[in-house]
Amino acid sequence: MKLQLLLGSAALLLASAASAQTLVPSPTLDAIKARGHLECGVHLGLPGFSFANDKGEWTGLDVDLCKAVAAAVLGDANKVKYTPTSVQQRWPILQSGQVDLLSRNTTITFSRNASLGVDFQGINFFEGQTFVVRKSVNAKAPKDLDGASICVAAGSTEEKTAADWYRERNLKVTITTFQKNDDAITAYDSGRCDAYTAGFGALAGQRIKLKNPDDHVILNELISNDPQGPVTRYGDDRWQAVVRWTLNGMIAAEALGVTSKNADDMKANSKNAEIRRLLGAEGGFGAMLGLSNDWMLNAIKQVGNYGESYERTLGMGSPLKLPRGPNQLWTKGGLLFTPPFQ
Amino acid sequence: MMTRWLNDKTIRGYIWQAAVLIGLVVMLVFFVRNASENMVKAGIASGFNFLWRSSGIDVPFDLTGYSPSDTIFALFWAGVVNTLFVSALAIVLATALGFLIGLARLSSHWLLSSIAGAYVEFVRNIPLLFFVIFWYFGVIASLPQPKDSVSLLNLFFLNNRGLTVPRPIDGAPFLWAWLAIIAFAFLQWGVSRFAAARRARTGTSFPSGLLALVTLGLAPVFALIAASFWTGWDVPVAGKFNLRGGTVLIPEFVALLAALVTYSAGFIAEIVRGGLLAVSRGQREAALALGLTQGQTLWLVVIPQAMRVIIPPMTSQYLNILKNSSFGAAIAYPELVSVFMGSALNNTGQAIEIIAMVLAVYLFFGLIVSFAMNVFNSRMALVTR
Repeated sequence: MKLQLLLGSAALLLASAASAQTLVPSPTLDAIKARGHLECGVHLGLPGFSFANDKGEWTGLDVDLCKAVAAAVLGDANKVKYTPTSVQQRWPILQSGQVDLLSRNTTITFSRNASLGVDFQGINFFEGQTFVVRKSVNAKAPKDLDGASICVAAGSTEEKTAADWYRERNLKVTITTFQKNDDAITAYDSGRCDAYTAGFGALAGQRIKLKNPDDHVILNELISNDPQGPVTRYGDDRWQAVVRWTLNGMIAAEALGVTSKNADDMKANSKNAEIRRLLGAEGGFGAMLGLSNDWMLNAIKQVGNYGESYERTLGMGSPLKLPRGPNQLWTKGGLLFTPPFQ
Repeated sequence: MMTRWLNDKTIRGYIWQAAVLIGLVVMLVFFVRNASENMVKAGIASGFNFLWRSSGIDVPFDLTGYSPSDTIFALFWAGVVNTLFVSALAIVLATALGFLIGLARLSSHWLLSSIAGAYVEFVRNIPLLFFVIFWYFGVIASLPQPKDSVSLLNLFFLNNRGLTVPRPIDGAPFLWAWLAIIAFAFLQWGVSRFAAARRARTGTSFPSGLLALVTLGLAPVFALIAASFWTGWDVPVAGKFNLRGGTVLIPEFVALLAALVTYSAGFIAEIVRGGLLAVSRGQREAALALGLTQGQTLWLVVIPQAMRVIIPPMTSQYLNILKNSSFGAAIAYPELVSVFMGSALNNTGQAIEIIAMVLAVYLFFGLIVSFAMNVFNSRMALVTR
């Protein structure tokens, strides 16, 4: 009897050791694979970040991250269902499990992390708050807006940052809050406010929505540092690692010179060990997360590395023409870097 | 013994009611416990401590003296007061406008009644959100930029940032003036009661209407003028962007008020028309036959009887106005939903607590409106013997 039990458990041990690896359970990842698509929460419509074009296709830097994750998990960047969310809707939609991932130019803050039950998985855009004003008012810096009315979206970090910034300097501004970014912009455009405030990246996209974009200027001085990145729920650590390392992988690919064009070639011929691990030629990195080893190869081939994604959505390949600025690799004077694929 | 109890109608009623009550409480406890357990699991903060944190949110229009360094509870209160302010004004104005339209619709004048009818049909078939946005962009678009402000005597300025008026530096004289005005109103009320009693007794009428011209018209004007000379004024002056100083009545307020009034008036007009038609023709004919004028017939005979039909549906219109004031959130009027469920909720993430508080506020003030209307209704109701 005892012997049988011993033999039985020994067999069980062997069996589990034989199967390649046991993974921490990940209900989110299992659910995505079962349903066959990724549920991604995006912005209602912010050119450059998440914007549905005239064919109804979502484009933008944040959308590209959704696509890259879908390519990494499911092998197909188009297997994403987008849920547009307002500033207020984004939290409940993530908390309730309606979306697997929120990629919606959301600033990483302490209180959000500590009290909303959400985790931030790295930084895909270094944003900083500034203002768009009419050229005719001749304001050069945020402090010149003393006495102005400022339109902003309710519940954004910008609402609070602007109030704090002017209060600290004893300048009086009137902050008028709207439920959606678009409402705030429309109100600014119709003359209700002297300025609209948001991040410089968001403003670059939103300025396009104004009636005469050339009559307006975005101030250079930033009043805050608002790093933004993908958000997930507490609790599913393996899923969080998938999102974090897909973003890291896109940045690593740019640093290593891997692009959507040369990825296959690199995988076959590169002698660089990190590139080989990144693209699944060795190391079996995908399997460690419960994905195929081609995970990053798929993501890079279908979406591109971070730089390709940036240039297509925000940079010189887009109507926004936003320079890389802080969103350049650290080796080229920016702030982007990734831990090694080792 | 037991079966006799069970067959007793009242006791059985009590048992059912107790069972329903227990079921409700159990369900409520279940939901609350379930929610709090799940929130702890998901790492979401809960509890009401957030109310005492400083808010950091700016409110462009408030009557409570709120500033961003105050607590989130103060922000909540500023939102409640803004909601009540716009609702109360809208209720008064919508009632007045609704009565006028309702009367116009019954008028024998063809053009007047057709216009009123068209208005009612138009209003009732369009969603309120449209009204709110129409008025908002209508108001803003039609007003000049700050540098082209329309000014009256260089004291009052109208532009697309709102109506800027001088602000009294010291509020005390106005407090006295308002107390005096209330005192005059009470005086008028006493006199008209006396006049009514005397007319009932002796049949001679007393010109209480003429007196009202003094007590409700001249005296308040005089009191306010006196108060305004007594206090110092913070007069708005042109600044770089907008006027500095004074008090601003923001366009969002005007737009929301206008939308609520014009929208609700359409429904109130129908209630009034229904009420007036419910008074039987004979009453009117009898009053005219007794020699009362058209006006007297309307005010003394028809309307008092119509009120009995009008008041109950009017209560629900008033409740609608209170609830519809939340549409202010769509156009940045800082009412409860906008500042508390919009800004505060996003800064704290405590959705359940905040939504429960907002719910409680609407419920509380809704019940107060209902209660007041029920009291009014029972006073107006036909006393049958």
